[in-house]
Amino acid sequence: MATLLDVRLKKVNKIYREGDVVAGLVVIQSKDSVQHQGITLTVEGNVGLQLSAKSVGLFEAFYNSLKPIQLLHYNLDIAKPGKLPSGKTEIPFEVPLKPKGNKTLYETYHGVFVNIQYTIKVDMKRSLLNKDLQKQLEFIVEYKEQEEKAKAKVVQFTISPETLQNVKEKVNVPRFKVKGKLDTAVCLITKPFTGELTVESSEAPLKSIELQLVRVETCGCAEGYAKDATEIQNIQIAEGDVCRGISIPIYMVFPRLFTCPTLATNNFKVEFEVNIVIVFQDDRLVTENFPIQLTRF
Amino acid sequence: MATYEWTPRIKHAAIEKEAKTLPKEEVTSHPLKGIVVTEVKKTGKSQVQDGRPRTSSHPLDPLTSAMDGADPLSMFASQADPLSRMSTQTTTKEKSMPKDENNGLDETFEPWSVKKLSILTKHTTSEKLTITTSFLSAHEKDRVVIKAQSTVTDKVKNRLEQLDDFEEGSVQEMLDLSQQEYVNRIDELNQALIDAWDQDQRVKALKIAIQCSKLLSDTNVIQFYPSKFVLITDILDTFGKLVFERIRSKSNYIPVGSSMPIQLPENFTPEQVPDSAKETCRNWFFKIASIRELIPRFYVETAILKCYSFLDTSEYSAALCRLADMTRGMGDPLVGIYARCYLSRVGIAVAPNIRDHLMPCFNDFLACYSQLQSDHVQNTLAMQKVEMPRYLTLYCPALDWILQCIAHRASENTLQTILEKCKKLFNSALLLNSIMSAFKPEYIAFRAVQFTEQIRECEETGFPKHMLYCSLGGCLVLASPPEDQRLAVLNEVWKVVMKLKNPLDYITCAEVWIEYVAKHFSKREVNTILNDVIKHMTPDRAFEDYYPQLQSIVTKVLSHIHDFTLLFSLDKFLPFIDLFQKEIVKVEVCKSIMEAFVKYQAEATSDPVIINALMFICKTMHDSVNALTLDDEVRAIGGLICGFVRKISFGRDFEQQLSFYVEARANFSNLDAVLVELVECVNTLAVETRDVVKGKHSRKTASFVRACAAYCFITIPSLQSVLARLKLYLVSGQVALLNQCLSQGDAFLKAAISLIAEVPKTLDVDGKVRSTEPLMTSYICSLLSTLLAVPDNPDQGVLYLLRGLLNVLSDFPWDVNSSAKAVVYVNVLSLLCAVSQEDYVYHIDRVDANDSMYGSDPKFLGEVTKISATVLEEVFSHLKVLGEGQNFKKQAEAAIEVFNVMVAHGDLSKHQMFTLALNLWGLAQKHGQGDTKQMVRTLDYVKRKAISKDKEGKVFADLASKMHLQSRT
Repeated sequence: MATLLDVRLKKVNKIYREGDVVAGLVVIQSKDSVQHQGITLTVEGNVGLQLSAKSVGLFEAFYNSLKPIQLLHYNLDIAKPGKLPSGKTEIPFEVPLKPKGNKTLYETYHGVFVNIQYTIKVDMKRSLLNKDLQKQLEFIVEYKEQEEKAKAKVVQFTISPETLQNVKEKVNVPRFKVKGKLDTAVCLITKPFTGELTVESSEAPLKSIELQLVRVETCGCAEGYAKDATEIQNIQIAEGDVCRGISIPIYMVFPRLFTCPTLATNNFKVEFEVNIVIVFQDDRLVTENFPIQLTRF
Repeated sequence: MATYEWTPRIKHAAIEKEAKTLPKEEVTSHPLKGIVVTEVKKTGKSQVQDGRPRTSSHPLDPLTSAMDGADPLSMFASQADPLSRMSTQTTTKEKSMPKDENNGLDETFEPWSVKKLSILTKHTTSEKLTITTSFLSAHEKDRVVIKAQSTVTDKVKNRLEQLDDFEEGSVQEMLDLSQQEYVNRIDELNQALIDAWDQDQRVKALKIAIQCSKLLSDTNVIQFYPSKFVLITDILDTFGKLVFERIRSKSNYIPVGSSMPIQLPENFTPEQVPDSAKETCRNWFFKIASIRELIPRFYVETAILKCYSFLDTSEYSAALCRLADMTRGMGDPLVGIYARCYLSRVGIAVAPNIRDHLMPCFNDFLACYSQLQSDHVQNTLAMQKVEMPRYLTLYCPALDWILQCIAHRASENTLQTILEKCKKLFNSALLLNSIMSAFKPEYIAFRAVQFTEQIRECEETGFPKHMLYCSLGGCLVLASPPEDQRLAVLNEVWKVVMKLKNPLDYITCAEVWIEYVAKHFSKREVNTILNDVIKHMTPDRAFEDYYPQLQSIVTKVLSHIHDFTLLFSLDKFLPFIDLFQKEIVKVEVCKSIMEAFVKYQAEATSDPVIINALMFICKTMHDSVNALTLDDEVRAIGGLICGFVRKISFGRDFEQQLSFYVEARANFSNLDAVLVELVECVNTLAVETRDVVKGKHSRKTASFVRACAAYCFITIPSLQSVLARLKLYLVSGQVALLNQCLSQGDAFLKAAISLIAEVPKTLDVDGKVRSTEPLMTSYICSLLSTLLAVPDNPDQGVLYLLRGLLNVLSDFPWDVNSSAKAVVYVNVLSLLCAVSQEDYVYHIDRVDANDSMYGSDPKFLGEVTKISATVLEEVFSHLKVLGEGQNFKKQAEAAIEVFNVMVAHGDLSKHQMFTLALNLWGLAQKHGQGDTKQMVRTLDYVKRKAISKDKEGKVFADLASKMHLQSRT
């Protein structure tokens, strides 16, 4: 059996805050004793930025990918070159979670053009004949509790042909009226996005009403900046020609990893929007956009 | 071999009898009866809904009635009504269904499993169905593979195709599936889900669950939708269970005061759940929350609702309410109501005490009620050619269920509020119907008149009104309305029912309401209703199509009217029975009538109306029996007719009783069971007659008992079974002798003896071949003891009957490998000993036996000795045969038997007898095969005999001293 290298964290949910101690075990499992040239552990936090082909062109996107911003970097040797006994060896480690220099630890976020990722990497160097072993593990960083709390901001809305902005011939739009409210536009990331809407009238039968969660990522670079909006998820809240005058709940859970508190820095921005999409039976659709602010607390 | 002589010992019967009487004790209960506590639990609604009270077997047989409660058949029948039993069979697959489902639910709550089955049977279709999924390996494809493997390229191509199929996301549509195929496919999906789960492909399992629930948004072939719902939610239940069980099995916790992690107990609290399990659980919910489409998201989350118990028990309430709100987004009202139904179903299973979501569910449905009439729905119906009434009935199961959940343990106020809501909302028939089936019948019955009014006024949306009347009737049968409303309700309802044109609608109503009438009103009303039914059913021979309903009407009448005089005095009852013109159905009905009669008629009757009617009914049953009828059926019918025969009594009018039996024989000549019963009844009659005259027959009674004997004598030969004939000959002979009909008695016994020769060697009992020998051995022994009391016929020789018997026995095909022959002959020897006594052990009252006839005449005794010698020889020859056949065990058994008789009855003071006895003792031990314990007991017995000081005692002492016990080892 080959040698197995593994990293395990003490916390099952792998969520840490600034100032926390990331504790865990490096586990080496082997039938025979293992000869190695040292085991090192690297804890890293990076913001990866990429330009979208759409905004800057293919070549530039390829070459000009921006330099990642390092938020955190630790390197420690956890074992000197030597020999490990056969069987299971567990080496505990602890790393304080402190940002590098004057950087801040942003929350973990997996986007398209912006990626904020924290990893623990273990390397086992071995003699020439054996391949080096490596194991990588992602852990999640969340903001620690802050003083300022999000204040609910109720948004009332009405969607009707009149409220549509980018329609040239309003005559072609079937008559309809949808009223509703969002419980807040400043949303806690841990709580679902809620609200309700009522189809008061509609000439044409409806097919579906959907909630679209959109991220807007902005990357700054030498020649200005690139801004891109992409869909994260789409949640259907009504299916078919719903009953008129009945309030339909708006409810969406923010997906983990793919969302983070709204973020604005010098180099990049991550913002979120919600679209309410009303689809008619003839596949015409009407969208209403609501920018929202996500916060952790 | 030298001929042995047998010398009987002379005993003093009377003295011995005195000495041997055992102390007696009076008891109150049957000593063989086990202690059985019978508790027949009513299964509440579910039982009554199928309309037919169960037909359990009745204690027809007096023996079983003595052992009542232990009758396995009726016990089985009372366990569960067939429907729910069937459903439990089908759900054994899911037997690990959450146990706490019944938590807080009593038996008035009709479980889903019962409901499920009725939905599946009711909502069927012949339309072609479509299934859209990526997880089915179509059977057709397998077949293609086999066919097309001729060339290598084909093979490769096929494999590639298969690979493609396997790829996830290659969604394919299967068109033109028949209902059965569709069900099979769904079963396959279920299997695929379980397989995927077992192979740790949880994502695939989730995908299957999602695809399944997606099928529920499709309302094509709308009449199949309820069944589809049932099938698919079954899969979802499986999924939910798998997820729950997995998380539970993965989560060990460390109990307080222990360091060993153990698995979570059945009823764990969230605090006990480890973080890792909570994390997994949350991941599931996150994953599901991101399902794009509304309907799959709703169903899958509802399916794993139980997992909230890992997080926080208070989550249930919030989640249920949120999910209930979510259903508002479903545009199609049918899809919406079934989604709510699933929610309330899961809700009641995981958290029966949380009911906050139920009322909103119902209110939402009311709010969406207008959707039922929307263009969209109308278009769909028009396209699928489904009529509005049919469409509305599709709502029933779901609405019933939701209302049942609301109504469970609800107060009358809830009903009142719901009724008012319903009234406000155009008084919908659909709603009224579900309300009636959901709420406690007592509540409904209390407002019977109000309901009839509401039904009358409710709008004609197309929901069939007769169904409303059916439901109302069902409630009123279960709970009685107030006294003063009863007639008003009936009048109101029947006025409408009478006018129903469609015979099906009519008969379904009549079927329900007849029970109400039979329960609360007199025979006049029942008669009127029956008359009305006949009137409605006669045109165009409509009754031919509605036998089951008519049958159920009969059963219902029977279950409420137990007075058969009253029943048969209804002038429409028999004409009603005449409606059943199909042989099989008619017999069924007759059977149910007879069952009721046997069950409820407590006292014997002589009512000519009953007798005539039942005679006719029994005759119908009897005539239905032919060569093809099943054994069980014949037995059942025989039992019922016997029950009838037994229940008829004319008291002291014996002659009429006999003539009734004569008539019965004429009518039921084909059924052995009945003939046997009749012969036994006639014998009883003869004995009763004797009791009445206290043994002293007058000329009239003597001729009557002779008539009885004659009846038996002619009846017995027509029986099929030889054994039954034998038994009856013997019994009848005994009865004849008891009644001093000597020549008749002789004739019976003679017939019995000559019949012995005809007994087949083996007999087919319940499909197993059994040897008749043990039966015959006991029969012959019993016959022998009767013979002692029978005086010889002066015209024939000494012991004429016994000689005849011996002749028959010598030709009897005895099994050479058993000791039966020896046993029988040893018993003959005992009889011969008894015959040689001066005064016989027992006598028949007023019949002089041979003792007084011959008075121990030496000539007679000589004759007896001669016979004894012959018999003894037979015994020895059989012992020899056994020895030759190496059957030493049997031989030893037989030898000890002979020895015993010899010690008991023989005169051992004769030297020859003494030696013989010792020889037999030796033979019994010769091969070491004798039963040692028995030998020891025998020796003890002899020793005890030896205690007495007289001459006899000395002989026994002598014998005992010479008896050696051989030690085995």
